[in-house]
Amino acid sequence: MNKRLSKNSNTDNFSKRLKIWMSQHTQAMLSSVGQLRRNLTGNLFSIAVIGISLALPAGFYLVLDNTQRVMENWDGTIQIALYLQPDVSNERAGILQQELVGHPLIEQISLITKEQALAEYKQFSGFGDALDSLEENPLPSMLLVQPKLVAITTEQGEALLAELGKLPEVESAQFDRQWVKRLIVILHMLKRAVVILSTLLSIAVLLIIGNTIRLSIINKRTEIAINKLFGATNAYIQRPFLYSGLIYGVAGSVLAWLLLIVTTAIMEDPVTQLAILYNSDFRLQGLNIKELGALVAIGGGLGLVGSWIAVGRHIRDTEPV
Amino acid sequence: MIQFTDVYKSYDSGREALRRINLFIDQGAMVFITGRSGAGKTTMLRLIGLIERHTRGQIIVNSQNLERVTGNRIALFRRNIGFMFQDHRLLNDRTIFDNVALPMVVAGYSHQETRKRVHAALDKVGLLALEKAYPLSLSGGEQQRVGIARAVVHRPAVLLADEPTGNLDPALSWESMKLFEQFNQVGVTVVIASHDLEMIRKLKKPIVILKAGKLLTSATEPSEA
Repeated sequence: MNKRLSKNSNTDNFSKRLKIWMSQHTQAMLSSVGQLRRNLTGNLFSIAVIGISLALPAGFYLVLDNTQRVMENWDGTIQIALYLQPDVSNERAGILQQELVGHPLIEQISLITKEQALAEYKQFSGFGDALDSLEENPLPSMLLVQPKLVAITTEQGEALLAELGKLPEVESAQFDRQWVKRLIVILHMLKRAVVILSTLLSIAVLLIIGNTIRLSIINKRTEIAINKLFGATNAYIQRPFLYSGLIYGVAGSVLAWLLLIVTTAIMEDPVTQLAILYNSDFRLQGLNIKELGALVAIGGGLGLVGSWIAVGRHIRDTEPV
Repeated sequence: MIQFTDVYKSYDSGREALRRINLFIDQGAMVFITGRSGAGKTTMLRLIGLIERHTRGQIIVNSQNLERVTGNRIALFRRNIGFMFQDHRLLNDRTIFDNVALPMVVAGYSHQETRKRVHAALDKVGLLALEKAYPLSLSGGEQQRVGIARAVVHRPAVLLADEPTGNLDPALSWESMKLFEQFNQVGVTVVIASHDLEMIRKLKKPIVILKAGKLLTSATEPSEA
């Protein structure tokens, strides 16, 4: 009986404390919103700076993301040409094609027989009559190998080329991916630049939010001291400032997102025109829902950390006088 | 109950604000601390309210040894103390209601309970009609009464008042003292630092006299002061 009473009393205590906790959090959040509204112009400037700081790395991320999508669209045009020995028959070439179909680095493989090659050459070279005078077809059979994306973008492509080049039926193997290599190196450079830029701008966002919160704490020194005098804990006093930091970060992220929408809209037409010139149906893409969520989470996180760093020290130092 | 045992307080500058103070204030008592400016009256109140720490000795307030009250316990300790200052220390951007509600909000009381108690406290000091006003629109006497309401709204065990009548005319001072007396009558220990001897004599309450940080008399009758 007593145990049950004690259990009930513990549950009551817990629900009472939870209610107090929730009420104090709601109050702290409303207080933060009120504080932001009171100094709206100044706070909007801070949010604008945070938004631009977040929009820059997010914009670079979009550039990288779209470039990678361009590469994925182009992978069909990057092929390894396997010129077979002149004495390899069409049948043997067909068997070799079937053997290579299941290769883990090969997406697709097609055979161009000696006859098909000659016909194509006749059609496109303009030397049809001259070729007719030849006793034998001088062109070899050819296998056109479309590697998987991983083989195009990594060193595995070189390994595949070497492996295919060593096949006894193959006379020579060609893989023109020099430009792809250059693009990959440029993309790697860009990725590093984005990481460095994102880190620097994240630090900038932390400092901006930290400094804004620090000034806010200095302005509210008297209020903090009076609150402490009547029994406010450091956690209680910190809460509205932490919410302010969170609001700055989230609002900055949303602004960054809006800036990216506008930028994408402005760039969409010229990029589409360029894609059409390359016979591509590529379309510029903005942030999807997941990426937007990540941007808001990063902004909110930076806001929280920035304000936490600022409040930790300043609130501890502010004592009733 | 407040007990000072061989308490010293000195500052980094080397100045000794209090020297070997031994004092006992019973629970539910109303005591005046008096003495000239710089005698240590305010320091004593600040030590009781844990706004400052004593250098040596032992202070016990509400059965708690103040040396052992640290971290978040300081905040919890202060929730049992009511503070009242000569300069009122009200938040000018908050309404009178919000100012008085502050100790209740900080302690996490429900909205209903806070509202009920704030109204009762404002009613007691005669300012219920001004609950939506802001401090700067009030007279000095009214601001002081808001300060009193805020100091007692959370029903503290100890009420500390530092020169509460310093800026008031005699009539308002007397009115304020009567309010303190009423709170004392319901069991609140009231400690008031004041140099208004005439007022103290009229109230006929025990007096603690300080001179240059030393206790001259402890809880003497007003006539001996």
